[in-house]
This record gives sequence, structure tokens and C-alpha cells, in this order.
Amino acid sequence: MATQQTQLLARTLLTPAVALLFIWMIVPLALTIYFATLHYNLLDPGSESFVGLENFRYFLTDPAFLASLQNTLVLVGSVLAITIILGVPLALLLDQQVVGLSIVRLMVIAPFFVMPTVSALVWKNLLMHPVSGLFAWIAHLFGLPAIDWFNDAPLFSVILIISWQWLPFATLILLTALQSLDEEQKEAAEMDGASAISTFIYITLPHLARPITVVILIETIFLLTVFAEIFVTTGGGPGLQTTNIAFLIYSQALIQYDVGSASAGGLVAVVLANIVAFFLVRIVGRNLEA
Amino acid sequence: MGQITLQGVQKSFGPVHIIKGADLDIADGSFVVFVGPSGCGKTTLLRLIAGLEDVTGGAILIDGRNVVDVPPAKRGLSMVFQSYALYPHMSVRGNIAFGLKMAGIARDEINRKVEAAAATLNLTPYLDRKPRELSGGQRQRVAIGRAIVREPKAFLFDEPLSNLDAALRVQMRLEVTRLQKQLGTTAIYVTHDQVEAMTMADKIVVLNGGRIEQYGSPLELYEKPANLFVAGFIGSPKMNFVTGEIAKQQGAATIGVRPEHLKVERDGQGGWHGTVSVAEHLGSDTFLYVDAGPLGMLTARYVGELDLHPGDRVSLIPDPARIHRFDDSGKSIHA
Repeated sequence: MATQQTQLLARTLLTPAVALLFIWMIVPLALTIYFATLHYNLLDPGSESFVGLENFRYFLTDPAFLASLQNTLVLVGSVLAITIILGVPLALLLDQQVVGLSIVRLMVIAPFFVMPTVSALVWKNLLMHPVSGLFAWIAHLFGLPAIDWFNDAPLFSVILIISWQWLPFATLILLTALQSLDEEQKEAAEMDGASAISTFIYITLPHLARPITVVILIETIFLLTVFAEIFVTTGGGPGLQTTNIAFLIYSQALIQYDVGSASAGGLVAVVLANIVAFFLVRIVGRNLEA
Repeated sequence: MGQITLQGVQKSFGPVHIIKGADLDIADGSFVVFVGPSGCGKTTLLRLIAGLEDVTGGAILIDGRNVVDVPPAKRGLSMVFQSYALYPHMSVRGNIAFGLKMAGIARDEINRKVEAAAATLNLTPYLDRKPRELSGGQRQRVAIGRAIVREPKAFLFDEPLSNLDAALRVQMRLEVTRLQKQLGTTAIYVTHDQVEAMTMADKIVVLNGGRIEQYGSPLELYEKPANLFVAGFIGSPKMNFVTGEIAKQQGAATIGVRPEHLKVERDGQGGWHGTVSVAEHLGSDTFLYVDAGPLGMLTARYVGELDLHPGDRVSLIPDPARIHRFDDSGKSIHA
């Protein structure tokens, strides 16, 4: 883009794509804002009327909102903690030279390629089912009563399923980072008399700071909007125990047929996601600066 | 003390023999350079001494104690790596202090030692910087600082100057040599650059194909190369080798004459005749590449400027006292 002419050409050529993306973004946003100011219930057609910010007041004062906000944060935080705390040692193990490593790596990474609905169904019906599940069978082997996972520990069960899906992602990112760690640095640490644990703490972990940041950022974006796993397994219940913001908006729109309130909820979720993103970038973004 | 002895050291990676039995005596306080072409095993030999590789056979003695089963940190050696291998997230101070910290030395003493090492290497203003904020030469000095602060029995250098530009390399060469003399610590230095080897070493080990070809002082290697390989490897430009009838007259299979020991005469009588194919005029020296017919290409070095051009006929007269003779197996014949 050296001359003004090429700059103009570049802008002209980019315009259609940018315009299309802009329309793609602005039309749904504008419609959502518009619906959020209406009394608009699908069960009561023809009664649409302007209600101002009434939908927001209704959504924000709903006790379900605070409960689902809390569930969302617990879910995101727990899955992040589990995937990173287990991902680091797993990546360290996979970085070793072992026979059949390529197959082991493939198996470890496989859960990431299973679609969320399928993995949630597999967990629900084959593993965690209190009568026919594998976990129940194992519990019986030891003479223990079977656990009814989705009734006794519903949020924990959902966290377990989602962690299982995201652990490969964290492991994969951390593994590639480990492979880029300079071999001579480890040898220098060895010459300096560092034990395996010291090498891990002083050399490997600081080297992983940046990929861990990347994992946190990317996982947070996706985990804030988890839906399929909850829909398939618990349907947000029992009560509100596994309802997160995304599921709450869904239930407003398609269980209570209240489009106005759901739109207001959607906008609240956008604002919340931006607040989280703001703090996240402030806290971990420093790590990304070279 | 830092006396290192190798006794029949061998190293194989699977069926590939990298080091085929090395015997070596390195005196305390000496500067020994391992030199050889790529893949000759010089770095492997250094890593065996460091303990970063396990020996397949033989013994490595440091101050008389066999250390083949001793972990690297306990051998009392420190190493400067080719890539420097600085810890990127630690400051210069942290990098230099790391070994001492791992050894569990008190904080005050660490600070004192780090500052002393930094002062020796002119690194004091940079102590709180990160490696990425330093230039290549400064990073090199930090790597050396990390090595000297532990007061090791010997320094091991693995091609430490190969990532620096030519001018800086000459300067660091001098600094490393001076530092080693000042500290009086044994040093083993690996390089493929024979100029580095000749200028820095007290003694040079020439390696080829996993064998030690010759071990001696730089001038010994230059004046009395043990075989064809050492004769060709040491000295720049390379020694000229002549085989056939002329060599037989001298009672050898091959004779070698260094370019600087060939006297150049324009249209002269006697000696070997040829045509200049390339003339390099450096001002201080003139290098001539002469096509000498049946003798092949010969290189001659003339100190000063010599007004010769491609196509000129010259005769080259070897200095009879400086002709090296080699037998069928390539070994040197001494009269």
C-alpha cells in the first residue's frame, strides 16, 4: 500500500465485504434492540406495544437472572480451572517420547471433535445414567449405591462434561507451546543444577504463561454461551440449578414465548460479555505483549 | 583445579558411532579448542564431558575422579550454549543468579557474586533488563556471566560466537581469551572456525569422523601436521597437495606445500609452471589460483601487491625446507 492510488484501490475493493459484514451485524442488533422495547409475546399475537425499558426491568429483577449469572460464572471458572490444571500435566506427558505416541495424542484430542450434543448424550445415557450408566455399574462393583448425577450434582455434572470437551483444546495449545521450548534452555537449567521440579517452576511454567492466556481467552468466549450440553442433559434444572444466561434467554423466548424479555436478556448478555472481556483483557492481556 | 582426562571415550547413537574412542589430557588452566568439520563429533564430545549425553564406553576423569555417572550439575562445569539459552522471562540478574539460587546459596552472597561477575563483563547497567532487550554481544556476555559466577572447574563453550557478526566475533574472541587467562580456569571451546581455533587455543584438538586426528599447540599443528587431514584443515588458504612423479622424487605418496611457502616468479626458471586463472588483490596480500597443468590447481600467497592478471604465465618455487611429505595412508613422514 505504498501510493495513494493503491490505497484508494484497496479501500474500494474492500468496501463490499465490509459493508456486507456490517449489515450482517447491524440488522440483528437493531431488531433485537427494537424487540427489547416492545411488549411482544408469541402467545398473545397482535398485542405488540411500546413499553420502554420495562422488559429490562423485568429481566434484571427476575430472581432467575442472578441465579443464572452465578451459574454462568461458576461454570466458566470451573471449566477454565479444570482444563488448565489438568491440561498442563497432560501436555507434559504427551511431550515425552513414548511408543505409540501418535495414537495416544489422537485419542486425547478426539473429544474436541465430538459435537456437543452427541457428547452430552453419551455422558447422560452411557456414563452417568443412574441405572444403565457405566459409573453406576462401577459403583455397584464396589457395593456402593449409584449416584444420580443430574439430580444430586447437576451443575457439577455439566461442568464435568464441558471440561471433558475442552480439556483436549487446552492440552493441544499447551503441547505445541511445550514443543517450542528451546531444548538448550532446559539443558542450561540442568547444568545450573535445577531439579525437574525447579525446571518446571522456573523454566517451563513461565514459558507456558502466554499459551495459558490464550486458552483462557478463547475458552471464556465459548463457555459464556454454553447451551447444547445443558439443553440435552438437564434442561436447565432441577429448578434453576443449571440455567446459565444463554439458557435463560432461550427459556424466555421459546418456553415462555416472551420475545421482548428475551431480547432484553440478549442485550444484557452482550453487555456482560463485554464487561468480562474488558477485565479479562486487562488482566491477562499484559501477557500477550511481546 | 580443573584437570580433565578422557580415557577411551566412546559414544554411539544406535548403530552410529559418533565418537570412536577418544583419549585426551587437558591440563589445569589451559584453553583447549575442539575443531573439525561439521559432523565430526566435536559438539558430542563436549556434551559428553558436560554430562548432557551418557558415554557408551570409556571414562571421563575430572581432577582424577571418574564422573561418567555423575549428573551434569555435580561435575562442577559450566557451559555456554550456541543459542546462549538465556531464560527469557528472567532479568540479567535472574539469569546469572539462577545456578547459585539452585545451589541454595544465601541471598546476600548471590547478590555479591552476581554483581562481581557483572562488573567483570561490563554488564552492570543491564542487570535489570530482560534478555530480549539486549544486543547479541550483550546476550553472549550474560551467557558467559552465568558460566563464570558458579566458579566452575572448567568452562565449556559450544560454538558461542557463531551467531555474532564478523566484527563482534573478533572482539568477543579477544574478550573470552583475556577473561580465561585472568580467571585461570580450564576452558574447552568447540568451533568449526579454524581461525578461532588458531587464535584462542593453547592446544587444539582436531577431530574428524569421531576420531582425534591430532592434539597439539596451534603452531605444532601448522608446522608438523600429523596427516593429510590436519594439513588440509589447518591454515588458510588450504595447503596445496601434489601427487604423482614429483612426490615420488621426494620419497612420498603426496607432498604438501602451503600457499605462503610458494615463491612466485613471473616467467621464472625452475619450479612448477602454470597460468594464473584467478588473482585476488587484497592490498596486504595477493592470492593467486594457478592452473599448473598435470599438478592441478595450486594456490599461492604473496605478501604485498603483485601485478599479475589471469592468463599470465608464472612459475612457483616451493621452499624446500617447508615441504610436507605424506605416505600412502596419509600419515606424515618426518625426516
